[in-house]
Amino acid sequence: MLIKDGIRIDGRKPDELRPIKIEAGVLYRADGSCYLEWGGNKIMAAVYGPREALPRHIQDPTKALVNARYSMASFSVEERKRPGPDRRSTEISKVTSEALESVIFTELFPRTTIDICIEVLDAEAGTRCAGITAAAVALADAGIPMRDIPVACAAGKVDGVVVLDLTSEEDKEGEADLPVAIAPRTEEILLLQMDGHLTYKEFEEALELAIKGCKQVAKLQRQALLNKYKTFEVK
Amino acid sequence: MMREIVLPGSIVGDAKSKLPGKGTFKEGDKIYSSRLGILEEKGKYVNVIPLSGVYDPNVGDTVIGVVQEVFKNAWIVDINAPYPAFLTMEEVPWKMEYGETYKYLRVGDVIVAIIKLIDEARNIEITMKSKPCRKIEDGIIIEIQPSKIPRVIGKNASMLNILKRYTKCWIFVGQNGRIWIKGEDENVNLLIKALRKIEKEAHTFGLTERIIKMLGG
Amino acid sequence: MEIPEVKRVSAIKKDYLARLAKEKKRPDGRSADEYRPIKIERNIIKKAEGSARVKIGNTMVLAGIKLEVGEPYPDSPEEGAMTTSAELPPLASPEFEPGPPTPDAIELARVVDRGIRESKYIPFDKLCIEPGEKVWIVFIDLHVLDYDGNLFDACSLAASAALQNTIIPNERYGLGENKPLPVGSPPVSCTFVKYENFIVVDPCLEEEQIAQARFTVALDKNGDIRAMQKGLRGSFTIDEIKNIIKRAQIHAKKIRKLLGEGNGKENQKS
Repeated sequence: MLIKDGIRIDGRKPDELRPIKIEAGVLYRADGSCYLEWGGNKIMAAVYGPREALPRHIQDPTKALVNARYSMASFSVEERKRPGPDRRSTEISKVTSEALESVIFTELFPRTTIDICIEVLDAEAGTRCAGITAAAVALADAGIPMRDIPVACAAGKVDGVVVLDLTSEEDKEGEADLPVAIAPRTEEILLLQMDGHLTYKEFEEALELAIKGCKQVAKLQRQALLNKYKTFEVK
Repeated sequence: MMREIVLPGSIVGDAKSKLPGKGTFKEGDKIYSSRLGILEEKGKYVNVIPLSGVYDPNVGDTVIGVVQEVFKNAWIVDINAPYPAFLTMEEVPWKMEYGETYKYLRVGDVIVAIIKLIDEARNIEITMKSKPCRKIEDGIIIEIQPSKIPRVIGKNASMLNILKRYTKCWIFVGQNGRIWIKGEDENVNLLIKALRKIEKEAHTFGLTERIIKMLGG
Repeated sequence: MEIPEVKRVSAIKKDYLARLAKEKKRPDGRSADEYRPIKIERNIIKKAEGSARVKIGNTMVLAGIKLEVGEPYPDSPEEGAMTTSAELPPLASPEFEPGPPTPDAIELARVVDRGIRESKYIPFDKLCIEPGEKVWIVFIDLHVLDYDGNLFDACSLAASAALQNTIIPNERYGLGENKPLPVGSPPVSCTFVKYENFIVVDPCLEEEQIAQARFTVALDKNGDIRAMQKGLRGSFTIDEIKNIIKRAQIHAKKIRKLLGEGNGKENQKS
């Protein structure tokens, strides 16, 4: 039993997000950065570039390459993870790169790469959505020209109920998981993955819920970026 | 007091009455910001002055470069842009034979140069043939975010003149975020502090007054 | 980001640092024997058995500790074991590249490892579950987040602080209640670099870039030496080494106060 009297195991309602904290511009060396806590997830994202793509043969003379690298710290999960990329993180890096590239004006920077590093320091379900959300803030902080600030959030199905932003128990025991990334201004879908079992009707409901969640998180992203410039006080 | 800060995707104007300028794009009948920056309206144009980002080179910019590689007839120079720049032996103020480039500029040498040409693939050529180009032999180079350079200069060089007057330092500002300074150690330290303050508070009003105060004016 | 730095150290920057060095001055205004501000935060990673984030100036590293049940080494059937790894991810510096650990990362991990091992900070004899069969393996993972020089001291400090709040996860393996990992007195590492015959503690990145030689010494609570490492292509005189160790003894005393003794969790009820 994961839902009792309409309340989930961590006390949330079906359409409620976990607590989220976002901070922009936290690293000294990176061109742009973001630290994000989302439920039990702790994510650090950094952006470098646009910088010359090397070796030269990978350069595209018409646009910048967008190269996101999602990586989990070995201590971020219950059983220690061996350092280095595995098949799961390689796939997440690929879909994340593609999702973020779709909003970036890459044609302004031919022959360069925009490198996005996403380090999961503490993991508790929903790390790919948290990673994309943090990376998008780091991109804006780095001054990368974009059509919008992408944002991601998952919906799913637990005990037959469509819910927002799954916990790890809900992810493991639940019936479906639907991570979605959007450009919040236009509601374009930038990333969508799903595993589990949903009827078409449940899918519609879950997608609507995920987009609603994305839009709430988008407000926090924008606030975090503005806060970086507000913290300065004139004495 | 803060200037209005906009973010990628923020609506910054109506495309029916305004034109999309720097740091913006048009979609439907609206103009949106593409950058994190400060909103500025100039005539019919809506611009977003970026608060961060790499140096975006333009022909005619005066830049401070560091020699990265030496060839028989040219140098590759890091100009703090996403692309390195080429400096051929025809574009320097010294006469030399093929193969003598290393006698004039070596890896790590610092120069003032002007951007001469940028082609479609963003190959950049620089020249040292006109004023104020030269090899820099002393002093130090401070790097600040290239997006903050206009604030260091100020309207009609007002900020730059204040910095010069109060710190008695030699200051040369490269548009690529590198600033060449020379002076007594104490004055240089004060100037660096002032530059960091300008970098941090570039988006606020009343900065000139605060800098004067800081420099003991 | 505040100062994007010149990709290769420019000639005039070298000259400038050399001139300062002659006057015994450093680029950030510190004296030769002055650390940047040090900040330690513990218990920040829930999934880890122990963790700490250490900042030295702009340098930031995260140490995470995991414990797993494994087989003991044949030559020490009644003792636990430990392995230390360091990651220099591209997140932390424009110069770091993805891929397997570089020689730099491996040296860093091994120097930190030796300080902890040789100071008997972790009592391995208390980590035996079943002699010859099952012991606890302690994994120390060092994750660099922002690189502005002196990773050796930052990583050593982060590892020591993280071990001080580490839990033995007995419950996860059906071995009874979770307990604090017993630890002794931590090693304290002090790193110096030499450039232009100027030897300074806690080098920042600018100083590391022009450094000719590096020296790290790990000291125990009595000021005795437990591990040392000379690095880079330059050299030190014998007197310089002796002097460095004496200077390190003074620094280590101060840094040790930030760490304290024992495992902070021993006094807590979990």
